[in-house]
Amino acid sequence: MGDSQYSFSLTTFSPSGKLVQIEYALMAVGSGQTSLGIKAANGVVIATEKKLPSILVDETSVQKIQSLTPNIGVVYSGMGPDFRVLVRKSRKQAQQYYRLYKEQIPVTQLVRETAAVMQEFTQSGGVRPFGVSLLVAGFDADGPQLYQVDPSGSYFSWKASAMGKNVSNAKSFLEKRYTDDMELDDAVHTAILTLKEGFEGQISSKNIEIGIIGTDRNFRVLTPSEVDDYLGEVE
Amino acid sequence: MSIFEYNGSALVAMVGKNCFAIASDRRLGVQLQTIATDFQRISKIHEKLYIGLAGLATDAQTLYQRLVFRHKLYQLREERDMKPETFANLVSAILYEKRFGPYFCQPVIAGLGDNDEPFICTMDSIGAKELAKDFVVGGTASESLYGACESMYKPDMEAEELFETISQALLASVDRDCLSGWGGHVFVVTPTEVIERTLKGRMD
Repeated sequence: MGDSQYSFSLTTFSPSGKLVQIEYALMAVGSGQTSLGIKAANGVVIATEKKLPSILVDETSVQKIQSLTPNIGVVYSGMGPDFRVLVRKSRKQAQQYYRLYKEQIPVTQLVRETAAVMQEFTQSGGVRPFGVSLLVAGFDADGPQLYQVDPSGSYFSWKASAMGKNVSNAKSFLEKRYTDDMELDDAVHTAILTLKEGFEGQISSKNIEIGIIGTDRNFRVLTPSEVDDYLGEVE
Repeated sequence: MSIFEYNGSALVAMVGKNCFAIASDRRLGVQLQTIATDFQRISKIHEKLYIGLAGLATDAQTLYQRLVFRHKLYQLREERDMKPETFANLVSAILYEKRFGPYFCQPVIAGLGDNDEPFICTMDSIGAKELAKDFVVGGTASESLYGACESMYKPDMEAEELFETISQALLASVDRDCLSGWGGHVFVVTPTEVIERTLKGRMD
């Protein structure tokens, strides 16, 4: 950044030992739309609300759940544009790994590298932390995995987790409902019920998005008709 | 005189039944003068992965150090050993990085992969991989080695027979090449053990 007036780090310690910018970033996440993830015995499901600002918005053009590699997907809570930047960087890192080793990147490695990027933005000149928390879902040689990555760059492996507006209710709901031997289908039902808990208005395939990955190791976002089927089963 | 023929070398790797063997000569020369008769051309990356580097000795040593560095970091990050196929791809990428100022080396890689399946490959000095199911050769004696291996090789040999075959192929070939020889160094690797042997051939 050179001699610019902003070449110092904006993320500086407060006297109490906190990095206030990161705290604020977490607040930006906390006021974002709810998203959650559940790790089943044979796969992982991630889901999010997709509340659009007006009925005139073409909901098919908005995709909140993205894939990073054929076997890793990601969802977020917080600022959409920041999410897009991270998706781009992570996809590039995954492809660089493949070019070097001709092997798909393991989920833990990709999470670690993405987290390293997020950490860089808390210790560099003239930049601000990312205003998103990510939920990364993947299936590799170590089985199904679910990771949460925060604006600070810390990451945690979860059996089930939620982020965003309704996080405390969602998490207590998940704690009650989660079992270690859940199958992927049960996990999808649980995910929908958890989203329903804090949902304002009528839940439908137009205002939620669900992504799954199973033993086929192929991450995909469910089509609206598939989501409708699951919603029907849950009613 | 080609830079690849400055030090002289002979390398060969063969696939057996659930095992592999990799062998090299022991001469290190400076053109026509012999400097050392105990030069190590084959090095271990991990228990089930070996790499032999033919060509210019200084590049072979430096390249080996770089590869060990990369592999150690990989082991720390991923908490596992690299598979031979993955390692071969890494070597190829590293060699191509220096496309317009290359390492003057020809690697021969041999390892046991998933389910202890033997894997061998060689590549040129800028990373063009060549996989083979039977044998791969490298170094100044490579032309003789191709001939010797082609006639002596059979598939699915057990460790003992593989050792005999690879040793005969190596010793016969280096006798036809003035820049390699002074004995041989053979590693035979099975899922349970590694046997390292030194061969005595024509000491010239």
